[in-house]
Parts: sequence; C-alpha cells; structure tokens
Amino acid sequence: MSVKTPIYLDYAATCPVDPRVVEVMLPCFTENYGNAASRTHVFGWRSEEAVEAARIEIARTINADPKEITFTSGATESNNLAIKGIAEYLAEKGRHIITVVTEHKAVLDACKHLERKGYDVTYLPVNTDGLVTAEQVAEAIRPDTILVSIMFANNETGVVQPIAELGKLCHERKVMFHTDAVQAFGKIPIDVQEMGIDLMSISAHKIYGPKGVGALYVRRRRPRVRLSPQVHGGGHERGNRSGTLNVPGIVGFGEAARIARESMKEESERIFGIREHLRKRFIAEIPHSIVNGTLESHLPGTLNISFAYVEGESLLMGLKDIAVSSGSACTSASLEPSYVLRAMGLNDELAHSSLRITIGRQTTLEEVDYVADRVKEQVERLREMSPLWEMVQDGIDLDSIQWTPH
Amino acid sequence: MAYSTKVIDHYENPRNVGSLDKSDDTVGTGIVGAPACGDVMKLQIRVEDGVIQDAKFKTYGCGSAIASSSLVTEWVKGMHIDEAVKIQNSQIAEELSLPPVKIHCSVLAEDAIKAAIKDYQDKHGGSAGENADDSSVAV
Repeated sequence: MSVKTPIYLDYAATCPVDPRVVEVMLPCFTENYGNAASRTHVFGWRSEEAVEAARIEIARTINADPKEITFTSGATESNNLAIKGIAEYLAEKGRHIITVVTEHKAVLDACKHLERKGYDVTYLPVNTDGLVTAEQVAEAIRPDTILVSIMFANNETGVVQPIAELGKLCHERKVMFHTDAVQAFGKIPIDVQEMGIDLMSISAHKIYGPKGVGALYVRRRRPRVRLSPQVHGGGHERGNRSGTLNVPGIVGFGEAARIARESMKEESERIFGIREHLRKRFIAEIPHSIVNGTLESHLPGTLNISFAYVEGESLLMGLKDIAVSSGSACTSASLEPSYVLRAMGLNDELAHSSLRITIGRQTTLEEVDYVADRVKEQVERLREMSPLWEMVQDGIDLDSIQWTPH
Repeated sequence: MAYSTKVIDHYENPRNVGSLDKSDDTVGTGIVGAPACGDVMKLQIRVEDGVIQDAKFKTYGCGSAIASSSLVTEWVKGMHIDEAVKIQNSQIAEELSLPPVKIHCSVLAEDAIKAAIKDYQDKHGGSAGENADDSSVAV
C-alpha cells in the first residue's frame, strides 16, 4: 500500500497550520510588526486593523459582535478567565458554580482553585452516553448559583452536550452560562445568540491556526456580562485581558476561522464519511469493539473506541507509524485510566483499552483503511498474548476473579 | 515516551508466549495484577527435579509489562526454583532500562514468577525449595 507514514490522526490534540493561515501570518513578523496598541504611527494602525479584521471573522463564525471577542493565549486561559473572572466579579451575589465531571482539566482545576477560596462547586455526573441534561442542571441551581460551565463537545469522546437547552435554562434562571467550545468551534455550527451562551472559550490551534492564541466570547447584551480580569496591565481587550496582542497569532486565528466557517459544511461531511468508514470497519472486523459515547450527539471527526482485553498503551506501541491517543494512563504515576470514560460508567479494563482517533482536514480514506488494517492486526496479536482474552475464550467471567490490585 | 531497544525487542518478538496445562502436577501457575490497573500477567513454569524446564507467559498490559514478563520467562528456563525465586524486580528494571513510571511492571514480573513457584510448591506440599511471597491469585 502506498500511504505515507507516519499518519496523523490526533487532530483533537492539535492540527497542522493551514498553509493559507501561514501566508497571512508571515508579514506580521517582518513587515507589519507594529504594536496594535501603538496609536501614534502607521505601524500600530496597521496591526490594529489586522487584529480587528480577525476579530470580525471570529465573531461572524459564532454570530457574535466583534466587541464580544477577547483574545487570550489559548483556551486554558479563556477557561480560567471565564470561571475565575465571573466568580470574582459576582462573589457578592453568590458563590456556587455548577460544572460536569467530564470537563477539561482547565475547567475542573479552575473550579478546584475556587473551592479552596471558599466557593461551592457542584460536579454533575454524566450518563453512559456521556451526556448531561438540562433537568440535572435545573435541579442543581440554587439561589446562590452564579455560573454554569459545561463544555460544548468532549475532547476525549466527541460527545456534544445539549448546549441550546442549557443556555435557555440558564437565561431563564438568570445564571451565567459558560461553555468550553474548543473541540466544537469551527467543526459544527455555533450561534451564541440562538444557544444562549454568555461566555465561550475557543482556540486557534484546533482549527488549523497557530498555537498560543485563543479567545473568550463575552456577551455584551441581554445580559451584559462583566468579569474581573485575571491578567492586569495596560488595559488591552477592553480591560478584560492586558498584554500586548499576539498580532501574528490573532491574524492567523482570524484566517483559520474564516476557512473553517466557509468550508464547514463540506468538510464536516467529508470527515464524517471517513470516520464512519473507519468505525464500521472496526465494528465489522474486530469483535468486542465498543464505541464510547453516544454517536447521536457527536462531533463528525472523533472516534473513541475500546478493543476489549487489549491494553491501550501496548496497542499504541504496535501502531508506531500512526499518531492516535489512548485512554489508558500507564505512563502516569497514578495508573488511573481516563476519568472521562470512567465517569460514563466504563469499567477500568475497557477504559484502559480505549483509543481516541480524530480525523481532520488532511485525512484520506486510504489512510484510515491502512489504520484499520494495522489496528486489526495488532489487536489480534495482542489478544493472543492476553491472559484476559484467554480466560474469556475459556468461558471465565472476569468479574468473578479475585484480582490483586497493585 | 521512548522505549528502550530491549523493551521494543521483547514487545515485537515476545519469547515464550503461550500456556501450559495448569492442572498438570509439574506446572506452577502465577497470575498477578488486575485489569483495573491496566496489567495482568500469567506466568507458568514446568518443573522437573526442582529445575524449570519450560516457562510460558501471557500479559495484558503496556509494552514494558509485556517485556518484563517475556524477559523473566527467558531467565528462569533452566534455573532451579530456589534460584528463580530470588529474582529481584530491580534486575529486570535494569536489564530493560525501565523508567521510574514503569518500575511497577518489573515488580509485577517478580511477583508473577514467585506466584508460579508457590503454586508449584503448593501442589507438592511445599516440599521443594523455600516458600515464596504470597502474591498469587487463585483462578
């Protein structure tokens, strides 16, 4: 077979920068290098103009006003700014925050930080599909609840939460609604007006833009959202986030957003087709393959799948010319497998046996066919080596065994 | 993370994969670990006159766990069980250049050989060799 290796199928981690994005960024390094905050000369004006053009592209992608876009260093900072910024600003009003156990660490750790500061955080569970419901949130809202933070699409499973329902509920109950939309932005349609989103974290490098730049959408009307800045200084970004603007990064982000918006329909259909081809081959050709997370409400390019009785890291080792990630955590000292999969009720063995494969702009059908062949070959090889597989073939129920955890 | 060439070699060409008849009197079986922890090792030995004639393993776990068990089966073949029971995890870790986060794989392999020897000894009233650590799992 003539596919070029290594094959990259980890687009949920990061993406290559689109050559069109690189092209618009380059002059910002060597020619249009002015500080966007310099008001006294043409170098500054040009940079400011370029930043504002990017802001418009990003705003348009989510049906926002450009003034509602605050540039940051990335989604981790955006999540921190949203959660800590709201918590600090509304501390007098209340100190209760609602989030979900399957959130990204940037959200969970910001919440944990606030708990140490005396805030109260409710971590809602998800069902076996990976979903949280508006009813769960409605029941958790208290008079002192100030913020609900629930991710748009999960980074490990690709499961998409019912954002419009959650936004509507939060607006009815007059609670701020933040969503970490890093995985969803540029992949599926997002309308902050229709969905009732008050704050939203997004990132450039997940949509073929550069690393080190992201944004926080902050609603200006109905309601006007105010937050306490977490980075103080020159008062950039309407005082929400000080610091000299990363002009090349922002310009690249704007171009990446434009491309994502204009090609979204066509590209997501193509990517979905490739993912489904791969998923169907796995299910048909490898027994005991289990897809994690509901496919009913899901990103087009993400596939999280467990190959029972084969440990994920050993499988990755056998796929050395293929870049994917695993829900197993044998490399970390804790040995804890994915907390996201465990929260969905997956047993530890299946969580350890999971792979996350994400399809992107460059992926071809030939590549995923090669991947399907290799995965099948390695799963079969490793199962021949697996005592668990042998026990199951012998009709032994693994749950009936008294194991010795170590 | 980068694996050592020895780990990769054992992972790609594992020695002595397979099973022996565990009901056979001359066979000792050790199963250690837990699926929940991401690794389970099954190590079996066939013993004649106190000497390990054959060794087989099956491992569910990362590459280092597979390599650790593969290496141990290689080492114990031809060894007296009184010698094999003395194998230390540090020797395995050193031979495979395991990084700190993978030391538990070598511990598991040490536990597995000790458990297999103990199972064999139990079948023979604990007569041959000294008693090993109690770390086996009854299947």
